[in-house]
Amino acid sequence: MQFHDQLTVALRVNGAAHEISIDARVTLLDLLRERLQLTGTKKGCNFGECGACTVHLDGRRVNACMVLAAAADGRAVTTIEGLAKDGTLHPVQQAFIDHDGFQCGFCTPGQVMSAVALIEEGHAGSSGEIREWMSGNLCRCSAYPQIAEAVAAAASKRGAA
Amino acid sequence: MLSFSYARATQVADALGDGTTAQTVFLAGGTELLNWLRLGVSAPQRVLDISRLEGFDAIDALASGGVRIGALAKLNDVAQHERIRRDYPVLSQAVLKAASPQLRNLATLGGNPLQKTRCAYFRAEENVPCNKRRPGSGCSALHGLNDKHAIFGWSEHCVATQPSDPAVALAALDALYITEHRDGGRRIPATELHTLPGDQPQRDNVLRSGELIVGVELAAPAPRSAYLKVRERESYEYATVSAAAVLDLEDGATIRRARVALGSVAHRPWRLPRTEAKLTGLRVADRDALRAAIAVSFDEARALPHNGYKIKLAQNAALRAIELAARTAP
Repeated sequence: MQFHDQLTVALRVNGAAHEISIDARVTLLDLLRERLQLTGTKKGCNFGECGACTVHLDGRRVNACMVLAAAADGRAVTTIEGLAKDGTLHPVQQAFIDHDGFQCGFCTPGQVMSAVALIEEGHAGSSGEIREWMSGNLCRCSAYPQIAEAVAAAASKRGAA
Repeated sequence: MLSFSYARATQVADALGDGTTAQTVFLAGGTELLNWLRLGVSAPQRVLDISRLEGFDAIDALASGGVRIGALAKLNDVAQHERIRRDYPVLSQAVLKAASPQLRNLATLGGNPLQKTRCAYFRAEENVPCNKRRPGSGCSALHGLNDKHAIFGWSEHCVATQPSDPAVALAALDALYITEHRDGGRRIPATELHTLPGDQPQRDNVLRSGELIVGVELAAPAPRSAYLKVRERESYEYATVSAAAVLDLEDGATIRRARVALGSVAHRPWRLPRTEAKLTGLRVADRDALRAAIAVSFDEARALPHNGYKIKLAQNAALRAIELAARTAP
């Protein structure tokens, strides 16, 4: 097997194909922020503890700081920049605004990405279930009650649609 | 993070061949390895990505009545698998109480038990004495802050605990870790994977260099089982102590066989064989008798200056786990 310090990864990010040459150490988070200028995905702790860097990898939510970009080769990534369609916010983004689901906003992209996945997974059955399945996203402003409300509202709207 | 080179294995034979080289580490979910690389806990020359080995994430019924879980199965997929929820609730619960939803989409069942201690001295970004990080440098926790540390099986060289939740459930279930190695694989009982610190605290487990966990085998279903995790916040936190209980009841009331393992009390999941022997024949409703049976295993507990509370907490956790398991409908 060939080991490489430098390699080229092919990624589909928010629907667009990219081929990028990277050092083997680069994480998916740093690739998104530093190479693709998609700075909506935030670098909070860089240790997998805060959830600010949550993105969808092949449709599943993950901490982008815990993924080597090299290991994401060939995969599809969705970031916060990929949620709105034709200038219209994603219903979960709108619900965060409607329910005041943030204060400083730094954790919000990760919260929203987590919430979109949570609803898709079917974990919005109750307020308790939402809080448990949102627990990987910390909010230092402690907007948790409003975040849980926003997720519940977006989930029930989706259920009604 | 120091520089390394990267390759992705598509065949297990390639992984075993190249993985046995010194200075090579396997990458599966990456949720521990990336932090080791950042902290300098590990500084490999080569990272061998095994995350896409075909077929190693399957969950299959065994002819024996048990289940085999591929080592690369993601934690969320293991915990929410219908068969695991129904027949091994202790494992499903332990896995769901580990880490966070998004980490569980990356982390694998084979990798999780190989995580290292959460001891703050071991994980420190500064160069503090730690025999696990730098053999011979001393143990900062022995006379430092040790409220979260071991009450069983520690040595003066290291008082760290093993934090994996799934490993505790697997130990209570008498699961087997199936490994492969260039010189031959093994079936390692889940109670024997992790080592005690002794005078070699830099070791975490019995795996040889280049030995790869490829699967976990569960024996017959254990529907009356439960996992209790006691922690400082309700979710997304490591255990202060945890307890896994697996019961076989007669008429739903009398213990025919009990298996109990504690987590975060030692450098390995801590089974209570003397307690298990005493529990046989007891009525699960007889709390005093259960308490007495649990207590017999604690005469070998040794508290550190700050963690005496864990002796009481662990006994209460074991009791509650047994009672929870008893209430689980088979």
